[in-house]
Amino acid sequence: MASVPHIAVVGGGSTGTGVARDLAMRGFDVTLVEQGNLTHGTTGRMHGLLHSGGRYAVADQASARECIAENRVLRDIASHCVEETGGLFVKRPEDSEQYFQEKLRGCEACDIPADVISGEQAREMEPHLAKDVEKAIVVPDGAVDPFRLVVANAASAQEHGARIETHSTVTDVLVEGGEVVGLEVEHDSGPGKHVHGTEGGIEEIRADHVVNATGAWAGRIGDMAGVDVAVRPSKGVMTVTNVRQVDTVVNRCRPKGDADIVVPHETTAILGTTDVEVDDPEDYPEEQWEVDELVDTLAELVPMLAEARTIRSFWGVRPLYEPPDVASDDPTDITRDFFLLDHVDRDDLPGMTTVVGGKFTTYRMMAESVVDHVCERFGVDAECRTADVPLPGSEEFSVLRDYMDEFGLRSPIGRRSVERLGSRADDVLATEEPNPVVCECEGVTRAELQDAIGQSGSDLNAVRIRTRASMGNCQGGFCAHRMASELHGDGGYDEATARRAWDDLLQERWKGQRHALWGEQLSQAMLNYALHATTQNRDNDPVDGDDVDFAAFDGGPEAVRTDGDNRGN
Amino acid sequence: MAIESDVLVVGGGLAGLTSALAAARAGADTRLVSYKQSTLRHASGLVDVLGYTPDGDGPLVDPFDAIPDLPESHPYRTVGVETVREALELFDDAAPHYRGSHTDANALLPTHGGTVKPTARYPAGASAGVASDDRDTLLVGFEAMPDFDAPQATAHLDAAGVPFGVRGATIRFPGDLRADAKITRYAKLLDTDGTVTVDGRDRPVREALAERVKAELDGEERVGFPAILGDDDAAGVRDALANDLGAAVFEVPMGPPSLPGLRLEDALFDALDDAGVSIETGNPVVDYDGDDRVEQVYVEKNGARIPNAAEQYVLATGGLVGKGVESDREGVYEPIFDCHVAHADDRYDWFADDVFGDHQFARFGVATDDSLRPEAADGSTEFENLRAAGSVLGGYDFAAEKSGGGVSIATGYAAGRRAAEETQ
Repeated sequence: MASVPHIAVVGGGSTGTGVARDLAMRGFDVTLVEQGNLTHGTTGRMHGLLHSGGRYAVADQASARECIAENRVLRDIASHCVEETGGLFVKRPEDSEQYFQEKLRGCEACDIPADVISGEQAREMEPHLAKDVEKAIVVPDGAVDPFRLVVANAASAQEHGARIETHSTVTDVLVEGGEVVGLEVEHDSGPGKHVHGTEGGIEEIRADHVVNATGAWAGRIGDMAGVDVAVRPSKGVMTVTNVRQVDTVVNRCRPKGDADIVVPHETTAILGTTDVEVDDPEDYPEEQWEVDELVDTLAELVPMLAEARTIRSFWGVRPLYEPPDVASDDPTDITRDFFLLDHVDRDDLPGMTTVVGGKFTTYRMMAESVVDHVCERFGVDAECRTADVPLPGSEEFSVLRDYMDEFGLRSPIGRRSVERLGSRADDVLATEEPNPVVCECEGVTRAELQDAIGQSGSDLNAVRIRTRASMGNCQGGFCAHRMASELHGDGGYDEATARRAWDDLLQERWKGQRHALWGEQLSQAMLNYALHATTQNRDNDPVDGDDVDFAAFDGGPEAVRTDGDNRGN
Repeated sequence: MAIESDVLVVGGGLAGLTSALAAARAGADTRLVSYKQSTLRHASGLVDVLGYTPDGDGPLVDPFDAIPDLPESHPYRTVGVETVREALELFDDAAPHYRGSHTDANALLPTHGGTVKPTARYPAGASAGVASDDRDTLLVGFEAMPDFDAPQATAHLDAAGVPFGVRGATIRFPGDLRADAKITRYAKLLDTDGTVTVDGRDRPVREALAERVKAELDGEERVGFPAILGDDDAAGVRDALANDLGAAVFEVPMGPPSLPGLRLEDALFDALDDAGVSIETGNPVVDYDGDDRVEQVYVEKNGARIPNAAEQYVLATGGLVGKGVESDREGVYEPIFDCHVAHADDRYDWFADDVFGDHQFARFGVATDDSLRPEAADGSTEFENLRAAGSVLGGYDFAAEKSGGGVSIATGYAAGRRAAEETQ
């Protein structure tokens, strides 16, 4: 064993990057591998609720206590990723009064601040709530941007010496002499993929210990190591609307159920969700009824949602796990707790630990307990500091500064850039060059895109999740080609690379919109199609087809006009 | 008391404007009502007739040649190739700043994304840019205008094998326009040849711009700019720049808001004024009276419903973009007259999985009889005096075919002329 143990972490979601950060801060040598870009799996496909714990205050008070504790930690260490929206548990006439009282007592028992307000008071806070909402409980729910949070964790891990490899798929877990000794990883060096370190091909990463933090994919890594990890992936649908119908997280106050939450995010709101067990976390049906049910049910809380413009829908898979002896039939009965599977005790296989289950809000606590476990294994005596040291970007955070004069930006754009960038705003935005807005819907400027390209390379989808560019109303209709231009221009990539990244972005943006294709968004989709196919002719790009016989086409009016009149407006 | 006319055209896009012009020139007392900003501001200003077949063959050299082989349900087949030619004659007359009538062949025009696309008519301002012209070219973009990246477009055109040398340069627009100045700000400044301050010195903007471009010029005979070169006096701006540069000047069409599209709209509205069409914009048609015939429609204005009556009506309200065809989670419909719009029951059949796949939604619209009258699901005529034109028609994918402008002009012309004939 080397003097500093080398730990390989598999999975670039909240848990994996949280583990990598904690390990690196406690002095381990760390390599993190992720098959896609950061947040590729479940973390990038959630409603972004920062739990107050109120949701679990009746059925699972242990989880509720963890949530409120971590809620407070994240507000502190990741203020630039959190919007303190507050939350409401809303009671309709048909919802149980008894449950409402249980919820209230549960919150009190778990130290979750909770106040009851009347229906009128709730509508003063949220004017679009249904007229017959009777009352509500106010709790400190929030909205958290999972993309920013994971990127900040990865950045912090890197600052502490970790190596982060995205677009790197684990193809085998190396087992020698009955012990896990590392990973075989295939780096995808194809077009539009950012690979630093090893350029392409297969790499063997030797490690003193492997942490399997792949969530819904944990069974697959387990199989490679010859151990059985029975994750029960459960899918949930989320639908994004084009405006914030609410500024507060709105929950339905009733026992577990589908379609019971609306979370405001930046300029949008995310409606969630459903809970249906699936076999394969990458291949499951995405069905129309799920979206319909979501919209219809939530319209009982916020009636205007029935006519809302929805800009896209997406599905995520929860990495639920339960010990083999529990065997719940209904995925909603499976605990949201996390489990640390020590494969030495469990399977007589040293060298690997798996972490499954759990919730996004408590990712840091999960990471801490994984790293405590690893420390114990290696006899390392180091305190966890992840709850105290702010994540990059959140120090000296001041949304109130007016960056308009300083960066030549309109103030709403400046304010939003600063919100996204946190304390890095000065470094990123202080450019001598003109800094035009490239994505108008989300107000993302060239400087921010260039900063993200510097970090993510030529993968425009990775640039998108760092900046939110192309994630607004038009879904990339107006800005996809501009983002490709940024790659080609100051980004330093050649035209062919930029063009392929552009193709990938168009395809990715299309994928999520398909589930929201009616009304305004179908109109927008047709406009985007017209812009990309008619105005830009990207569906018949001459580079992709046979050679064009230019001489056969019109050479211009000057070839035949003799009157010299080529004027006109 | 209703406002009366012989022919009432609903919709102010390319199809509606052409239709009203055709009806008025055929002698009918014609009125046009249009609600929103026309979708011409979204359009590149190029008038495509047919660039690719529905199977994706192309770019087609001769669009007229290919029309008879289109599927029978295609609007071009409904009106016939001769009508397409007549309609283009009307267009050429109404928009004299357009080029392309000297040949049946399509021209290939550079796009702001760096491709070339086949089109049948193009503004004079774009004509020096045709890609079959082998003169060496300099493309110029502006630092603060991300919609057109000249070096990237250059590299893309090069990869496409264009028959001319092309270089790209990015310069700073003279003066101190804000980084997010609107396209129209640039155009207005150039129109008026306004004063800008460069290195502490006040200068007319055209001259200052030409000077910056000249520093980049290396013997190229033509220079392409993003389409911001003036609005009211585009020809004057181009001439001034061309004189200073000693090279031909052209514009590369861009996305919304598109100045070439807006200039075309202005030209056609002028032609309607000359033809004596009465025009009302800004108010929607919300309802109608009638059974087998449309008796009158209601225009909503300041909360009141104003009846408008005519003998013949033309529906030219646009497609999904222009809201002449609308949808909800239950289905697809035509909102004013509730004309039948065929669509799959399962909304997941409305689209293909690939972003440029064979999308059913792109062909949503009304089906018509030979006289462009919308038909109900059972094939019967919806109204004996209502015709449809442009993107409200179904059965063709204008984006894939590059046929949007041509279908609007051809069906607009045919519907307007037939409507006028019926009133005589």
